[in-house]
Amino acid sequence: MTAKRLAPAGRVPRVLWLPAALALALVTLPVVGLLLRTDYARLPSLLTSAASLHALRLSLSTAALSTVLCVLLGVPLAVVLARSALRGVRVLRAVVLLPLVLPPVVGGFALLYTLGRTGFVGYLLDVTTGIQVPFTTGAVVIAQTFVAMPFLVVSVEGALRATGEDYERVAATLGARPSTVFSRVTCPLLLPALGSGVVLSFARALGEFGATITFAGSLEGVTRTLPLEVYNQASVNIDSAVALSLLLIVIAILVIVVARPRSIEGVRA
Amino acid sequence: MTGLHATLRLRRDGFALDVALNVPDTGVLAVLGPNGSGKSTLLDCLAGLLRPAEASVSIGGTDVTGLPPPERRVGLLRQDPLLFPHLSVLDNVAFGPRSRGSGRQRARELARRWLDEIGVAEFADRRPARLSGGQAQRVALARALATDPALLLLDEPLAALDVDAAPAMRAALRSVLRQRQPGRVAVVVTHDPLDAISLADHVLVLADGQVVEQGPTRSVLAAPRTGFTARIAGLNLVAGEAGPDGLRVGDQLLSGVLAEDAVVAEPAVAVFPPHAVSVYPRDDAPHGSPRNTAPATVGSVEPHGPVIRLRATADGQGWTSGVAADLTPAAVADLGIDVGSRVLLSVKAAAVEVHPANP
Repeated sequence: MTAKRLAPAGRVPRVLWLPAALALALVTLPVVGLLLRTDYARLPSLLTSAASLHALRLSLSTAALSTVLCVLLGVPLAVVLARSALRGVRVLRAVVLLPLVLPPVVGGFALLYTLGRTGFVGYLLDVTTGIQVPFTTGAVVIAQTFVAMPFLVVSVEGALRATGEDYERVAATLGARPSTVFSRVTCPLLLPALGSGVVLSFARALGEFGATITFAGSLEGVTRTLPLEVYNQASVNIDSAVALSLLLIVIAILVIVVARPRSIEGVRA
Repeated sequence: MTGLHATLRLRRDGFALDVALNVPDTGVLAVLGPNGSGKSTLLDCLAGLLRPAEASVSIGGTDVTGLPPPERRVGLLRQDPLLFPHLSVLDNVAFGPRSRGSGRQRARELARRWLDEIGVAEFADRRPARLSGGQAQRVALARALATDPALLLLDEPLAALDVDAAPAMRAALRSVLRQRQPGRVAVVVTHDPLDAISLADHVLVLADGQVVEQGPTRSVLAAPRTGFTARIAGLNLVAGEAGPDGLRVGDQLLSGVLAEDAVVAEPAVAVFPPHAVSVYPRDDAPHGSPRNTAPATVGSVEPHGPVIRLRATADGQGWTSGVAADLTPAAVADLGIDVGSRVLLSVKAAAVEVHPANP
C-alpha cells in the first residue's frame, strides 16, 4: 500500500539536478584544483622537511590525545545528558553544542581569557601550581578537545536516547547487576555510535585552526600543528603549503572511509 | 504462602495505581484493560523496575518488596522482544543464567535446552537482526524462561506480531503456561480477551489504575459485571467442550468453525460478536431455520453506541445464557422487546469461532 505512494527510484525532480551538481562541484573542484597545483616531483622532499614532520607528529599526537580526552569526558557527559532526570538537562544539552556553532577563533579567545594568566582559572593555576597553560602543547590539546567534544557527545547521546533504557531494564530482570548491565549491554550497544563519534572528533581535532592559533600560538614543534603549518608556509613556500594540504586531504579521506557508512550517514547498527 | 501476592499503591503524574492481587502457585493471571489503565505499570512494579511508595510483593513465599529486579527471580517479556542486538540468539538466552552466576558452558547448555523447548533451536547462531518478529519474540520467551523465573511477566507478548506470526507464539506461550510448573506463576497483560481465554485461568480487569473486576476467566468475561468489562470483552463467550463441528454446551450443540488448535472433546470457548446474533419472538421461529436457534429471556436492554444491546439472563441453560445481541432501536420497537421478554436467539454458524480454552 505505502510502496505505491513512493516515487519510483530515479525520478528525482529535474529542477534539483542543477543546484545538486553545483553543490557537488563546490565540494570536489577545490580538491581537484589542489591536486593540479601540486608539485609531485618535490612532494616527498616537501613532506619530509623537518618543519612538516614536526607538524605532522604534533598534529597526530595532539589530535589522538584530544580524542582520548573527548571519550573519557564526553561519554560520561553523554550518559548524564541522556539519562539524568535533572531539570536543567535541556539547557545543558544546548550549552554542550556551543563549540559546534561558535567560530573557533572566538572559542580560542574564550579559552585564553579563562585559562590565560589574566583569566580566573589560569590565574589560580599560576599562583597555586605555577602552571601556565597558553602557548603550550597542552593548550593545543585543550583547544582541540573544546571544539571536538560536541561531535562525540552528540553521537553517543543520540545513540543512548534512541536505544532507550529498555535493554537495560530487560537485562536487570534477567538478573544482571548494574555494573554487568553497563559493561555487557550499555557499552556494546554504544560501540557503533562511539566509533563514529571518535572518528569525527579526531577529524575535527586534526583540522582545528582558529582556537589553536589564538589560544596556543604557532610555535614550531610545540603548538604548530599541520593546519597552522599550512598557513605558515603559504606566505613562505607555497609548494610546501600545497603539499601539506594534500596530506590533510588524504587523512580526511581516510577518516571518511574508516567512518563510513555508519557515522557519516548517521545510521545505527 | 506460595504463589504471587501483591498490594501496590503508586501515585505519579496524576495517575494512581491501587491493586491487590493473589495468584496461587502455577496459576496464570490475565490483566485486561484499555491503554493507560496501568497494566504495564503494574508489571513494572511486580518486576521491581518501579518502586511504589506503598507496596508489598511476595513471590513464591519470599518477600521481595525491597529487592531490585536482579534479585526478584522474575522473567519479563514485552511487546518488543528487545533481544540484545550485539549477542547471538544463543548468547541472548544464556545472558540470564550467566548473570545469575552460571559458567559460560553451563549457561549455553541451558540456553540450548530452552531454545529447543520453545522450538527455535535452529536460530541459535543467528544475530537477532536476522530473525522475523515472531521468531524474535519466541527467542525472547526462551530468554525469559532460561532464568527459571518464579514469576513470569508477559506484557502484551502478541500485540506487535502480525496475523501470520501470532499463532506460533500463542502456541509457544500456551504450551509453556499449560505446563503448570510448580513454583511458577505467570501474569499476562493483554487487551485481547481471546488471549485471556486461551492462556489464563484468572483475569483481573484494570481501569484507571483500579481493579474493576477479578475472578475466573470465563465467568468474568462471559458474564461481565461491569459495563467496562463488557465493552472491552465486547464478544459473546460461551464455554463448553469442542465437538467435531462446533461447541457442545450441556445437551445443545452450537455449530461453528473450529480454530486450528481446537481439540475435540477438550474444553473450548465459542466466540461470536453480538451483532451476529438475531432475535425473534418466541412464537415466530425464523425461516430457513438456522441450526443455532435457542430460547432465552431478555435480562437487560441498554443503548450501546448507535445500537441497542440486549443481554439474555444468565440462567445457565444452554448457550444463550448471558449472550448479548445488538439490534437497531427500530427493531427493538417492532419486536416489542423489554426486560423479561421471552425470545429466540439465533446465530449463523459461520460467525461462531470455537477456540480451545484454558482447562
